[in-house]
Amino acid sequence: MSATAAAATQLIALAAGALLVTSVLVVWRRELSAQVRLLTVQGVSLALLAVTIGLSGPRSARAELVVVAVLVLVLRAWLLPWVVGRRLRAGVEAGDAAREDGARLNPTAGLVAVALLTTVAYLVSRPISAGVGTGSGGGTSGPAAFAVPVGIGMVLIGFLLLVDRRRAMSQLIGFLVLDNGIATVAFLTAAGVPFAVELGVSSDVLLVVLILAVLSRRMHAQLGSTTLGSMTELKD
Amino acid sequence: MTALLLLPPLAAALVGAVAATSMSALVTRLSGVLTSAVLLATGIVLLAHRGPVPALGGDLLRADPLSALMLAVVGAVGLTATWSGLAPRPGQGARPAATRSERRYAAFVAVFLGAMSTAVTTDNLGLLWVAVEATTIATAFLVGHRGGARSVEAAWKYVVLGSVGIAIALLGTVLLYAASRSAGEATLSWTRLASGDLPLDHGLVRVAVGLAVLGFATKAGLAPMHSWLPDAHSQAPAPVSGLMSGVLLAVAFYAILRIRTIADVVLGPGLVRGLLLAAGLGSLAVAAALILRQRDHKRMLAYSSIEHMGVLAVGAAVGGPIALAAVLLHLVGHGLAKASLFVVAGRMLAAEGTTTIADVRGLLARRPDVAVPLVAGMTALLGFPPFALFFSEVAIVLAGWRAGLGWAMGLTVALLLVVVAGLVRATASMVLGPAHPAPGGAVATAGAAPSAVPRSDDHGPDRGPMTPLVLALGVTAVIGFVAVPVGDVLARAAASLGLS
Repeated sequence: MSATAAAATQLIALAAGALLVTSVLVVWRRELSAQVRLLTVQGVSLALLAVTIGLSGPRSARAELVVVAVLVLVLRAWLLPWVVGRRLRAGVEAGDAAREDGARLNPTAGLVAVALLTTVAYLVSRPISAGVGTGSGGGTSGPAAFAVPVGIGMVLIGFLLLVDRRRAMSQLIGFLVLDNGIATVAFLTAAGVPFAVELGVSSDVLLVVLILAVLSRRMHAQLGSTTLGSMTELKD
Repeated sequence: MTALLLLPPLAAALVGAVAATSMSALVTRLSGVLTSAVLLATGIVLLAHRGPVPALGGDLLRADPLSALMLAVVGAVGLTATWSGLAPRPGQGARPAATRSERRYAAFVAVFLGAMSTAVTTDNLGLLWVAVEATTIATAFLVGHRGGARSVEAAWKYVVLGSVGIAIALLGTVLLYAASRSAGEATLSWTRLASGDLPLDHGLVRVAVGLAVLGFATKAGLAPMHSWLPDAHSQAPAPVSGLMSGVLLAVAFYAILRIRTIADVVLGPGLVRGLLLAAGLGSLAVAAALILRQRDHKRMLAYSSIEHMGVLAVGAAVGGPIALAAVLLHLVGHGLAKASLFVVAGRMLAAEGTTTIADVRGLLARRPDVAVPLVAGMTALLGFPPFALFFSEVAIVLAGWRAGLGWAMGLTVALLLVVVAGLVRATASMVLGPAHPAPGGAVATAGAAPSAVPRSDDHGPDRGPMTPLVLALGVTAVIGFVAVPVGDVLARAAASLGLS
């Protein structure tokens, strides 16, 4: 049993590592289609994380978590990157840029910022890891509290992308990294949220991405560009 | 009684589906009114209900007095906004079928109302989050409904900031769930989390509550996460602006009230009180600064919503039965007054072709049907007696004074006075003045008038039913005096948050 547990821990660490690395690479790469491919890898890693936690956890929750893992795989590794990628190709055909060219930080500065954010993530997740790790009152402890900083780090990297990037599609990708980070925290601390809530959250994320894709098309049609700097009409 | 809980979401879904598919213009026109009426009626029946709290499906749906009150408020404000937003009946056979855009609009309004009703009647914090995020999705289409560069800009900022803010709340919710799981009972049920029975880890709950309050505060338009609000509220069609300002902010605030109770039970009042006080005073300061130099009428109303959210946050920070009952009264009064004012602003935009304050003069002489409700609504909004906001603001300030927050209350009153000055000045300059501007001003008016005529279709009608405005402002005026049923209702609703 301990061999299986060790293997599960290794797999969780592997998946968490893949999640963090893909997030960092999204910051580093400027090519938008490459960022979308990284999102696919991230979705697969998240599904691997979910299924590992499910199979190593209590028997009663196994089936549910496997179903959740399939949902994650379909949504985050296929559907969301597909929606973003499709919009991206349509935009490029209509003359929109295929690269993020308005980022405030250059790639090196971006990576330094990511390193700082990851350190911050380790610091701020201490109470979280401590809280779920102990399992006070005879409760179940979190499945893999040691990897929580990865999830928090992804959330922070998502914020960095949202602040740093100037293209509409890059912001959308930043939002997805942020959302993957939250899902990661959910799996690591509580083996995912209840199934009904997971379904609701997934459909909300899908709808938000669809809306933003539609809006970015309208933005291109109205303003002739999808840089956020072109939106300056509304101010006091 | 428990089956009644299913009525609002089911009615909204049904009406939305019918409105999306039916070609009948009548269905499209009346769908919002019908949904709101169902919500209001259900809310009132649930408020009148005594005895055990009706609950359905485990922790999914539950309506304590606070939920019932919120449901009634959503219904009442929805009724005000959708009923008075009805265009005057078109001429005989002028518009036989609803256009695709009209059908989509009607369906999204129904979905929006349904999502808000679900948010206030659920006991599950996860479902509450899903419903609040669903309101973002429904309103995103409504904000962008008019089309054009400004609408797209407003909708983009709204969706990105709203979703990111609310994502923080999801992180907080997830951590609360993790805390309950570590304490031995994995649950997102508000009643269980706020019961005090679970040995929740304090450090974890502290982080979770902070994130959840921060996230829902973004959606509630509290400073410093308010920057999407003036854009979205000023670009949406008037009834939608009324709904967003009047109740959507209140629904997000309701989520904060629920989280606050959990924090009170587990950690004591310190953390959330500090957060809410900072956000409340910050919102008041931002609103005061920007209302004073505001040139656009609809943006001014949007900043006034930030101001009132600030008052609510200060009231919730004070806590205690009196302040919480006053917060709920404030929420009712603000919802009705603000929805009426946004509807009036929509009519003014259609009639004048502009919402720039400086371009509107002599409204009272030219268009008393727009000017009178504008003045009445502003009087209510500014918190003059006999309107409900007077009583609620006085009660919050007095309760805060007694709770030892004198400095904060002094600051609140000072900022409220600045807001009053700004709003009175702007309103007076629009309402007063001669009917026909002097030759100097005539150039600007003449320049604006021709462009207003062809564009009037974009802005909706400049006339509409007056009854809902009279009813809404009438209710705001008398509700402060009707102590026997109203006071009891508010006290019971506040009591369901715990008396801390």
